[in-house]
Amino acid sequence: MKWQVLVEVSPRSGIGDPEGATIERSLPALGFDGVTGVRVGKAIRLVVDAPDAAAATSLVEDMCARFLTNPVIEDARVEVGQLD
Amino acid sequence: MTRRVGVVRFPGTNCELDTVDALATLGAQAELLWHGDHDLQGVDAVVIPGGFAHGDYLRPGAIARFSPVMAAVNAFARDGGPVLGICNGFQVLTEAGLLPGALQKNQGLKFLCQPQELEVASTDHWLGAGLQTGERLHLPINHFEGNYVCSGATLEELEASGRVVLRYVNNPNGSVNDIAGVTNAAGNVVGMMPHPERATHELLGSVDGRRILETVVQTA
Repeated sequence: MKWQVLVEVSPRSGIGDPEGATIERSLPALGFDGVTGVRVGKAIRLVVDAPDAAAATSLVEDMCARFLTNPVIEDARVEVGQLD
Repeated sequence: MTRRVGVVRFPGTNCELDTVDALATLGAQAELLWHGDHDLQGVDAVVIPGGFAHGDYLRPGAIARFSPVMAAVNAFARDGGPVLGICNGFQVLTEAGLLPGALQKNQGLKFLCQPQELEVASTDHWLGAGLQTGERLHLPINHFEGNYVCSGATLEELEASGRVVLRYVNNPNGSVNDIAGVTNAAGNVVGMMPHPERATHELLGSVDGRRILETVVQTA
């Protein structure tokens, strides 16, 4: 069965995020005041073949640990859904 | 006997010819190793030069780590073979697990290309022979992702065991503890963000890079 997966890669908490900080500092210039907690990461979409959602999740978590993220500086959140 | 030094070229590497030229000027038989090769052609030492291996896609070094030659570099390093990673090469070595920590984007979000003053923090590694702890070197840096970071436990271990090799005198990129270069526990793998190969002739503004590369040539 095919599963649509979204991997959200973000800087680990405690790791500085200069891009997020720069965006946060720039928002007030456009009138967007009071915005906090800006973090910049990346999104990776993929389609995997697995018997069920749990298997698909565990497969992609393994990819994250070994390749898609660097666990020293990045965290990953894996979202699995049925392929349309 | 002339020492043979292998300089690894990945698609996207761009400092390999400068590195080969600098090493050859200093008396080594420097030769290029292709990333797709499965062996190191019997070289005595390996240098992973700067550039953008595999376009730095995903993260610097993330794809390079899986190039066939890296299995051979890994085995060579684990057997005690001398390995130096410069700039992108340092990033590749951290991704490959041969050096601890990671390099993230510079704190100021600027690509930095400038001469930099560095302090020799330790000589207890394969490139320490020609250096003295505490002395200053002038070497250029040229990177966007040179902000060294590691876990608190790793940092403690690096500092306690003298594995920080070089520190920035004026930290340009936000690296923790001003770290510009580190070595592994055995001292045979060294990674550094500055480019010694670009400081090997008076015309380049500094010859301090020779102090490091001469040891590559002699120790290899």
